[in-house]
Amino acid sequence: MQLALEGISKTAGPETWLYNMSLAPAAGAVTVLLGATQSGKTSLMRIMAGLDVPQSGHVLVDGHDVTGMPVRQRNVAMVYQQFINYPSLKVRDNIASPLKLRGETGIEARVQQLAQKLHIEPFLDRYPAELSGGQQQRVALARALAKNAPLMLLDEPLVNLDYKLREELREELSNLFASQDSTVIYATTEPGEALLMGGYTAVLDAGELLQYGPTAEVFHYPDTLRVARAFSDPPMNLVQAHWRDGAVALADTQTLPVSLPLQTSADLTLGLRAADLHTRCDAADVALKGVVELAEISGSDTFVHVTTPMGGLVAQLTGVHYFDLGSPITLYFDPRRLYVFGADGVRLLAPSKDTLEGRHGAH
Amino acid sequence: MTALKPVNQKAWFLILPVFLCVAFSAILPLMTVVNYSVQDIISPERRVFVGTEWFTAIMRDEELHQALLRQIGYSLAVLLVELPLGVMLALAMPSQGWRTSAVLVIVSLSLLIPWNVVGTIWQIFGRTDIGLMGAALQDLGVDYSYTGNAAHAWLTVLLMDVWHWTPLVALLGYAGLRSIPDAYYQAAAIDGASKFDVFRYVQLPKMRGVLMIAVLLRFMDSFMIYTEPFVLTGGGPGNATTFLSQYLTQKAVGQFDLGPAAAFSLIYFLIILLLCFILYNWMQRVGTQDKEGIHE
Amino acid sequence: MARIELDLAHAYRPNPTHDSDYALLPLKMCFEDGGAYALLGPSGCGKTTLLNIMSGLLAPSQGKVMFDGKDVTRATPQQRNIAQVFQFPVVYDTMTVAENLAFPLRNRHLPAAQIAKRVGEIAEMLDMSGQLNQRAAGLAADAKQKISLGRGLVRPDVSAVLFDEPLTVIDPHLKWQLRRKLKQIHHELKLTLIYVTHDQVEALTFAQRVVVMTRGRAVQVGTAADLFDHPGHTFVGHFIGSPGMNFIPAQVQSGQLQLAGCLLPLTHGLPDGAVTLGLRPEYVTLAQANAGGAVPARIRLVQDVGTHTLVSAQFADHVIKARLPLGLALVSEQEVWLQLINDHTCFYRDEVLLP
Repeated sequence: MQLALEGISKTAGPETWLYNMSLAPAAGAVTVLLGATQSGKTSLMRIMAGLDVPQSGHVLVDGHDVTGMPVRQRNVAMVYQQFINYPSLKVRDNIASPLKLRGETGIEARVQQLAQKLHIEPFLDRYPAELSGGQQQRVALARALAKNAPLMLLDEPLVNLDYKLREELREELSNLFASQDSTVIYATTEPGEALLMGGYTAVLDAGELLQYGPTAEVFHYPDTLRVARAFSDPPMNLVQAHWRDGAVALADTQTLPVSLPLQTSADLTLGLRAADLHTRCDAADVALKGVVELAEISGSDTFVHVTTPMGGLVAQLTGVHYFDLGSPITLYFDPRRLYVFGADGVRLLAPSKDTLEGRHGAH
Repeated sequence: MTALKPVNQKAWFLILPVFLCVAFSAILPLMTVVNYSVQDIISPERRVFVGTEWFTAIMRDEELHQALLRQIGYSLAVLLVELPLGVMLALAMPSQGWRTSAVLVIVSLSLLIPWNVVGTIWQIFGRTDIGLMGAALQDLGVDYSYTGNAAHAWLTVLLMDVWHWTPLVALLGYAGLRSIPDAYYQAAAIDGASKFDVFRYVQLPKMRGVLMIAVLLRFMDSFMIYTEPFVLTGGGPGNATTFLSQYLTQKAVGQFDLGPAAAFSLIYFLIILLLCFILYNWMQRVGTQDKEGIHE
Repeated sequence: MARIELDLAHAYRPNPTHDSDYALLPLKMCFEDGGAYALLGPSGCGKTTLLNIMSGLLAPSQGKVMFDGKDVTRATPQQRNIAQVFQFPVVYDTMTVAENLAFPLRNRHLPAAQIAKRVGEIAEMLDMSGQLNQRAAGLAADAKQKISLGRGLVRPDVSAVLFDEPLTVIDPHLKWQLRRKLKQIHHELKLTLIYVTHDQVEALTFAQRVVVMTRGRAVQVGTAADLFDHPGHTFVGHFIGSPGMNFIPAQVQSGQLQLAGCLLPLTHGLPDGAVTLGLRPEYVTLAQANAGGAVPARIRLVQDVGTHTLVSAQFADHVIKARLPLGLALVSEQEVWLQLINDHTCFYRDEVLLP
């Protein structure tokens, strides 16, 4: 089903929760709503579901205007972050409830099939309170899938689970979504999760829709500084620079060989991803000297927080590396991997895909 | 494009019956009282409009001032005794096992008794010939008489109220105590806090919300108290235990001075409303202070 | 600062017979004086139970706890002189920040001047000197957690500080500030710190050594590098790393590895029989066709994860995940060869690493 939001806005008293925005999530695909807490994800989902009426604008389903239609009359399934199930019904009845409401036949077989898909078959005759968090959320998911609604909304469904369980469920969810043709809207605060879910991403920040497009594209080619900030994990390193005499000059007076297609302002913000900072120098690299503040080890990567004359930087190094707090360090980067944003925050330059080659292996 | 009408307009029709009931049983009588308060009702047929005469008369009525003072004293005494006693009772009540239910039931028993029966129980209890307390005090040599001695009457009424209503404070306090997470007690133990410190710094602050509700309820109820003291002492000896509501009834029913009685009941209503408002605002303010820490 | 030795087990019932009767299977552990340790594991693995036994809030059903060689199994937390920081901030609402920090010292009847000095030092360390006279109730969650921590640190002779998932209620962007603060405090005060969490980033960042637990058992104790490069147990390989290790069952026969019809050479000797091959996605690389130690696979999914590409490929009945650099032209259904035997390959029998 094709959902389209045109000119939607939502206010509550003096506060504006959603500023005028239009969004048409790709039909049959997964659209991730990415944004920090309070960025408007839940408000937007509620309008999509019909739980709220927007202050202005229309909601269209397959071309029909459904703006005032209450959620009961729309065919929508929703999963929340707090594992919401009917506490007095067994798991079996929980999953069957939307089917019973519609008076369908063959409920038993369908319940069995869904329980199998979500690995909760052994728990069919238990109550939700007897299950662990992950299992309860699977029951909620099974119930949502049972409804077979053309629109499925998931509001940060994995945020209350252990990180490993989150990984497993995320993968299962991706597979489940790929095997059916509902339009799925998935809200999350983690950029990493958006990248793993794939599909399309809509980036929200403080009630505004900043950018919408295929996930990888939005990540690699953010339209503005705000999008780059919201959609990067770890946060993109941002450094102030100036456009002087046809070259980009850094605060420590180094100049970088960067050519800008258009030059609109003298003040620039340079963006560099943490993964593009290395401790080993390759030809044509620029050097930045600094002091180690902290090393965060996440098993597969080490994130080194470094203080430099240009501000704090984060470098992502593959593998486990130990650093002493306060020891000096030199970071290198390829100037072709820079992002350049103008004074108004609009992206002027992004690294192209062919600059990725030649940097394989350990750092 | 026409937006479909939102569903919740229908809700107004659903509350119409309730609205009518409330109108009949509360608003119309209130309007009647307001009507009476500005008239002199010499007899059911003869009424004279007197404006604010009754209100000014009330302000100057000596007996009323005394009844008001007695009432305030009584309410304060009730709070001073019932709150600490209720809290102590709540602290002593068990939190786990079968004993919890048993104790909760026993504690709540006095709350279930009809109020005039409470008055009657104490009336008999305090009699020196057949009452347990009266006879016991007599044997101990105390010349106890709640009908003759004003101080004894006061104390008996107070004691009756404490017996009747402390369990409410205890139950509210108990609910407040149960909501304190174990981690606070553990942290206090690790910090080396004494039992009193735990009470003062952990339990009492966390019970603040429920205790304020207890204060509100007890103050309001005691301010309006009528049945129990009426049954027990009838307001006597003399007017030692004639509190505000009793005074009002005497005026209205006893002397059939509907005008001044109506005026007075309006003032009474407004006093209670004002006190309620003050207490409620205070509660809200302290409530938001508590919440600020949680929602960061 | 104390050295903590544990030799205990904790069962739900008085006469435990099966493993499932135990909350903590028999274990023997030693936490050195001044070390920073983390107890890492999924929900229900027993890490909080272990922490509570160490702090004295729970007595183990069998065994003993020793602080500096002294048996403290039945001692209270007060007697053990430990400090504990809980999942949600525990502060005395009616007191100011300074009074909160001074409370443990006041209960020990130390002179007021000494108390004030110590409170000042600790507040300085926690960057809270400016808030000393504010009421604790009105502060944000991370400030309150710092107060909870400060109350533990303020005692100069505290034996150990125990943390029970303390960053649960903290906003993500404040988490790394608090983590940094904890590391600095460890650096300065050299206290014995023990941290319970289910988040591997928190555990690996904070601790010098991590105890990985599952279902009541400590499966491995080691540094971040140990746990990543030489997981001693398949659970460790699975739990640490995002995504976890690839596991493929295989057979060893006369010096060669049989893997779903493929024959791979082994770099060192392994006893014959069934084994499980474990290789982290970070160490799976693309290989030339028919290279030694490589297997053919069909790509099922290519995910651009921003900084690298996550490739899921199907090899016989198994899915192998590989973490590869960006910019490689890989598509779904493409046939590739993946190098499985290299320096980082681990072999497991009955879930335990073979040397």
